Amino acid sequence: MIDRSLIGKTYPPFHSEVTEEKIRLFAKATGQINPIYFDIESAKKEGHPSLLAPLTFLITVSYEQKDPYQYLKDLDIELGQFLHANQEYTYFSPVYAGDRIKMVSKLSDIFDKAGGRLQFLVFEAKYTNQDKVIVAKSKTTLVVR
Amino acid sequence: MSVWDYSTAKKGDPLPTLTVGPINQDDLVLYANASGDQNPIHIDQNFAKKSGLPDVIAHGMLIMSYLGRLLTNSVPQSQIKNFSVQFSNMTHVNQKIICTGKVLEKNSVEGKEIVTVSLKVEDQQGEKKIIGKATISSDI
Repeated sequence: MIDRSLIGKTYPPFHSEVTEEKIRLFAKATGQINPIYFDIESAKKEGHPSLLAPLTFLITVSYEQKDPYQYLKDLDIELGQFLHANQEYTYFSPVYAGDRIKMVSKLSDIFDKAGGRLQFLVFEAKYTNQDKVIVAKSKTTLVVR
Repeated sequence: MSVWDYSTAKKGDPLPTLTVGPINQDDLVLYANASGDQNPIHIDQNFAKKSGLPDVIAHGMLIMSYLGRLLTNSVPQSQIKNFSVQFSNMTHVNQKIICTGKVLEKNSVEGKEIVTVSLKVEDQQGEKKIIGKATISSDI
């Protein structure tokens, strides 16, 4: 059983630079074809200041950390032992190439199902840009098998 | 991009379907590099087998990203306010993915049109991979 007293644990803020290269690569890897994710002129024509980060792009922020799975290892959860159960994004403002994003996250809940056989971890994160505008919030639920 | 006109869409109306795949290992390696999610369960067959899986499995976030494409193919991204999914089954290599959506609710709140769409991802056999929801608002 994962120690329930960890509910509420906060993690150190993490900063990430959003670059054109990162957006293009992410857009390519997720099969985007809309030029607003690849070509600055096309993005500007659509009223964007720069390349627009796709809806799920913010997932890249947490994986930029030196060991993106350290927070799970700290809970004695190994790679291969957990699956992604739920993901939610709430969007407040667009993210563009050139932005510097600050991610602040916390472990907001731990619960179990199937008589304790499946344990769920809920992480909530808030993303703020260089102008201190909250661009999005996310809620990630992992299930430990 | 052709924009699906959700302002005139009625409850129950479908969004244009998006079909992707079959998903192969190269897709998963590319996504691992683009996202930074290098969990070997997605890219290392031996590791996946040791973890009790038949083969590598797709990143859930890759499949959610395809569903995001279904949305932004039809709606300007700035009008999407909330996007949530529940992953119900793993996506395996060689599976083809079918993303669909339909209008669940339509409300006018303080002069703004708020549309809720239900979303679904299935494979060719009809096994559900994701169920989800998005909230779209004309307010930018």
